Amino acid sequence: MINLGPHAVFIICAYAGVTLAVAALIFWTLFDARRTASKMAALEARGIRRRSAGPAA
Amino acid sequence: MSAFAAVIARELRLSIRTGGDVLTLVLFFVMIGVVVPFAVGPDRELLSRLAPGVVWIAAFLSMLLGLDRLFRADHEDGTLILLRHADLPFWAVVAAKVMAHWVVSAVPLIVASPLLAVMLALDGSAFWRVVLSLLVGTPALAALGAIGAAVTVSIRRGGLIAPVLILPLAVPVLIFGVGAISTGPGPDLSGSALLFLAAISLITLALSPFAAALAISSGED
Amino acid sequence: MTTDTAPKPSFWNRLAHPGQFVALTRPLLWPLTIITAALFIAGLWFAFFNSPEDYQMGDTVRIMYIHVPTAWLSQFVYGIMAVSAIGSLVWRHPMADVSMKAAAPLGATFTALALFTGSLWGRPTWGTFWEWDGRMTSTLVLLLIYLGIVALWRAFDDQLRAARVIAVFTLVGAINIPIIKFSVDWWSTLHQPSSVFTMSGPHMPPSILTPLLVMAIAFTMLFLTLHLKAMHTEVARRRLMALQRQAAQTGKTA
Repeated sequence: MINLGPHAVFIICAYAGVTLAVAALIFWTLFDARRTASKMAALEARGIRRRSAGPAA
Repeated sequence: MSAFAAVIARELRLSIRTGGDVLTLVLFFVMIGVVVPFAVGPDRELLSRLAPGVVWIAAFLSMLLGLDRLFRADHEDGTLILLRHADLPFWAVVAAKVMAHWVVSAVPLIVASPLLAVMLALDGSAFWRVVLSLLVGTPALAALGAIGAAVTVSIRRGGLIAPVLILPLAVPVLIFGVGAISTGPGPDLSGSALLFLAAISLITLALSPFAAALAISSGED
Repeated sequence: MTTDTAPKPSFWNRLAHPGQFVALTRPLLWPLTIITAALFIAGLWFAFFNSPEDYQMGDTVRIMYIHVPTAWLSQFVYGIMAVSAIGSLVWRHPMADVSMKAAAPLGATFTALALFTGSLWGRPTWGTFWEWDGRMTSTLVLLLIYLGIVALWRAFDDQLRAARVIAVFTLVGAINIPIIKFSVDWWSTLHQPSSVFTMSGPHMPPSILTPLLVMAIAFTMLFLTLHLKAMHTEVARRRLMALQRQAAQTGKTA
């Protein structure tokens, strides 16, 4: 790693903050997807299907 | 045109019948001016420097707080649906309502603004600029407010969200409204600020009936 | 879904079917993720190891490599939302609704990050975390608009109705943003006649421009990937809500 000079704190803070926020964004997007998928799976497991998908098996 | 006038007359009649609202609005407006000296101290010089901002903040808050009644009552009792199927185009109905709203909620503030100017130690020429800038700028607030009220009319608890939506959009009105009053340390730009304020008022007045009408009809069907 | 006699639906029409949209775009997700990651690795390498410090700003120029991309995204995402709003109002394209909803929180986050990195950049270069200058102030107002839109999405129960109403508001905001920008610039020059710091764009040497461009593309790809994934989730969520409603109607309660 190169020497960041006298303002290293600010640079590191900026990158850390952005990394944290982007990580949170990615995590939230994936978490939301998982949660929705698992709810859907739970509903389908109880035999609730979409009407367009034909009668429940 | 007669239908247009009828809508305005109906709105005015309704608000005169429930006249307490207008009085409360004026009271609220003046009260902000009364409270500020308690917060910053009675120093006349400081007060007269803050006065343009305080007057506009007071006008902002009073106009935004009265926003919810613009469409809500008519939405709840079904009048809005009837008005949508009237002969008059719906955007014209909305324009009429915006005008009536301005008469009911902005004109009393403008009438009461000299009171605020005296209490906040504004001198003679600044006093007229306050009246003028409120007169030119409040139509923009009414028009933007109509968009906010229209967007939130189909939300059951939309009362607080409309001001939150509209405040950032109304920043230019605040900037040029205050600019039209205060002369500032540099060159006197209050004249050009007033012209910009008028331009913003005209643009928002021209566009908001269409936007608000579209928002209401897409929120209802 | 189409019978033999029906005309073959056009590309846009096929995209309008949520299921088809997800099926068509799901294969894009992994390539997008890989491209984004590769761009970020390249961009960060450039930013930290292969770019000189600016003779004026010193090492703080490295904050620019994340500040400028996030600031660019704050406007780009609003552009995406405005285009989606037109798609939603004019063509009633269902995917435009979904795109609008998925973009709002992402745009708010990137705008907040632009402000955050901007203030951390401002401290060493201007000597203050927050300066009421034109660019920062209008970005702040933009953030407030984003947050208002996110709040509006959450306030509606019926998401189909919400989409059209919010589309109207998004377009009103899009018309207003240039006015806000102009008025804030007017205001800030009125209050501080001496410009504190102006970034001279065209004079940037290529050693700074390369990492900046790579990072800007990387952030844009990151947004596109997240946006696509969020759109898929939103489609699934709508289907879920429809199923729940159907379950409630047919009496199969949870």
